[in-house]
Amino acid sequence: MSDTQLRFRDDEPVADPAVTVDSFGDQSNAAAVRIEPGDDARDLLPFLDRLKLVEVNFPVFGDGRGYSAARILREAGYTGELRAVGDVLIDQLAAMRRCGFDSFAPEAPLDPADAEAALARWPDVYQSAADARAPIWAKRHG
Amino acid sequence: MYKYDQYDHAMVEARVAEFRDQTRRRLDGSLTEEQFRPLRLMNGLYLQLHAYMLRVAVPYGTLNSRQMRMLGDIADKYDRGYGHFTTRQNIQYNWIKLEDAPDILADLATVEMHAIQTSGNCIRNISSDQYAGAAADELVDPRPYAELLRQWSSFHPEFTYLPRKFKIAVIANETDRAAMRLHDIGIKLVKNDAGEVGARFYVGGGMGRTPMIAPMIREFVPLDQLVTYAEACLRVYNRYGRRDNKYKARIKILVHEIGAEEYTRQVEEEFAHLLGQGVEPPIAELERIMAFFADPPFEAGAAGEIDRSDPDFALWVDRNCHEHKQAGYVIATVSLKPVGGIPGDASADQIRLMADLAKEYSFDELRVTHAQNIVFPHVRKADLYTLWQKLDTAGLGTANLDLIGDIIACPGLDYCSLANARSIPIAQKISERFAQGGKEDAIGELKLKISGCINACGHHHAGHIGILGVDKKGVENYQLLLGGSEAEDTSLGRITGPGFDEDGIVDAVEKATDVYLAQRKDGERFLDTYRRIGIDPFKEAIYE
Repeated sequence: MSDTQLRFRDDEPVADPAVTVDSFGDQSNAAAVRIEPGDDARDLLPFLDRLKLVEVNFPVFGDGRGYSAARILREAGYTGELRAVGDVLIDQLAAMRRCGFDSFAPEAPLDPADAEAALARWPDVYQSAADARAPIWAKRHG
Repeated sequence: MYKYDQYDHAMVEARVAEFRDQTRRRLDGSLTEEQFRPLRLMNGLYLQLHAYMLRVAVPYGTLNSRQMRMLGDIADKYDRGYGHFTTRQNIQYNWIKLEDAPDILADLATVEMHAIQTSGNCIRNISSDQYAGAAADELVDPRPYAELLRQWSSFHPEFTYLPRKFKIAVIANETDRAAMRLHDIGIKLVKNDAGEVGARFYVGGGMGRTPMIAPMIREFVPLDQLVTYAEACLRVYNRYGRRDNKYKARIKILVHEIGAEEYTRQVEEEFAHLLGQGVEPPIAELERIMAFFADPPFEAGAAGEIDRSDPDFALWVDRNCHEHKQAGYVIATVSLKPVGGIPGDASADQIRLMADLAKEYSFDELRVTHAQNIVFPHVRKADLYTLWQKLDTAGLGTANLDLIGDIIACPGLDYCSLANARSIPIAQKISERFAQGGKEDAIGELKLKISGCINACGHHHAGHIGILGVDKKGVENYQLLLGGSEAEDTSLGRITGPGFDEDGIVDAVEKATDVYLAQRKDGERFLDTYRRIGIDPFKEAIYE
């Protein structure tokens, strides 16, 4: 299991081991869950009040289902930690942040300077997503 | 046409900087080719047989003369003096060096152009009717809606790693010139009973190995929910589109496997949820974009007659010009299909000439068509003869729009690393064969399309006559298809039978046209006769 390299939260990280989505519903004391690409993030919606950490696994960076999973959780009001794990690369960071990820545990450590540059890359955004950024259309018609 | 504001400029410039940085990391080895591949693809850069190929986006096929001129200059500066216009209204350069690519993107950015999402498993350039804003019979100009969707789809954070590529077309006319129902999403702007404009959604069309015509999934989406509905369509696809098999990953397979009804149900459920998420731009944003597409200052009372005394010109007028909504004007199409030429190719000089002529004679506007031609959308009838003469001098006066010589062909094995067979030489032979003895004229409208492999970039499924190049035990072999159409009467072609060699396929095409000429009834096009008499008479003649 890889370490969290980037974290954009002030609270204490959850130490609990993440359980699978299938077993999460039956473990009433579990606070951490791990979503695999084939899982339905909406299965977790009944349990948002006890969830503190959701790991979304990217076994390969090209499988983009985790982006939808992240947004769905944020749209449902989940405010706990949302961590991207696995094949997480520099060039995916900005989009992941926009979808609501606030921590990153890449399999292969990222060059810190390149990661910082990638996260600071976009002056603005065209869409409304799970982050707080105002889309360009909102600024145009502010 | 649309003009960037400071936000659009800043986004494209950020993209150039990002790609420069990615290229640096690739060249210094910190990115593997496997990691770099999707990044370069999302900037339109392919590694082909001989070199890198760069695909530049021409949003909904619309260009101004400054942009067109830049496309010509890039062809000279970074390529071998040619550009190749594509079936998705874009332009490709076939001889690019990786280290030049960031500079090309920087040059493009100076004229409000880019190569963003012209490849990769993301939402591609949005295509439209090449006669938009000029055709007499359109409901509205579809391009503002395409521009709204272009901005929504640019760098979309959720939909950058879709199961597969995703193509959207927007039209607003009963006549379909954009192959709308052969797209992942086809949008047709329509009016409801209350007289309001809205969007009709067709989802799950496509060509490729498994051609499908998109079913309609929503008759009317109000304009203030357009982006939200598209977002719902994409989210369902991103979550449930197949990722186990690249060849079954397009949305058409999902829609086919779960059924249009179930797909629609899921989209509607997601749509209902997303309506509460604030993803829709205000209608004022659509109105802001629309203002850029206002009519140019047409001259009222422009002369309604064209002097047809030059017979070559008169032929070109009949073949290549289309009725304009404004009296005294026409829409003129420049065929990039000279006899024996490479379909869609233009030299740097020709590109720059078209730029100059558009500035002088077409309110500074040009269009690229999915049939790989160039349109001057707003030409005064009084200027038409001069325009044609200048085009003709540069080899751009071919009068063959929608005739058998107006062939769509993919780059094929001459360039493409996926191809099984060459396409270009087949197109050249067919165009030469039919130009002789006036046969092309006798046949009339016949859309012939050639692909060099089953990925169908040359739209062979949708050709009145389609040709598919395959590899048969190491030898190029060509299959013949009949009866396809990409227009509003969308249909998919049927394979006639065993394939042919290079010369055999040209003969087979000629035999098919002979059957048509012998059997046609008044006013029938090749396609009409085929539909009336069926494939059997053609098979008999071809395989006798």
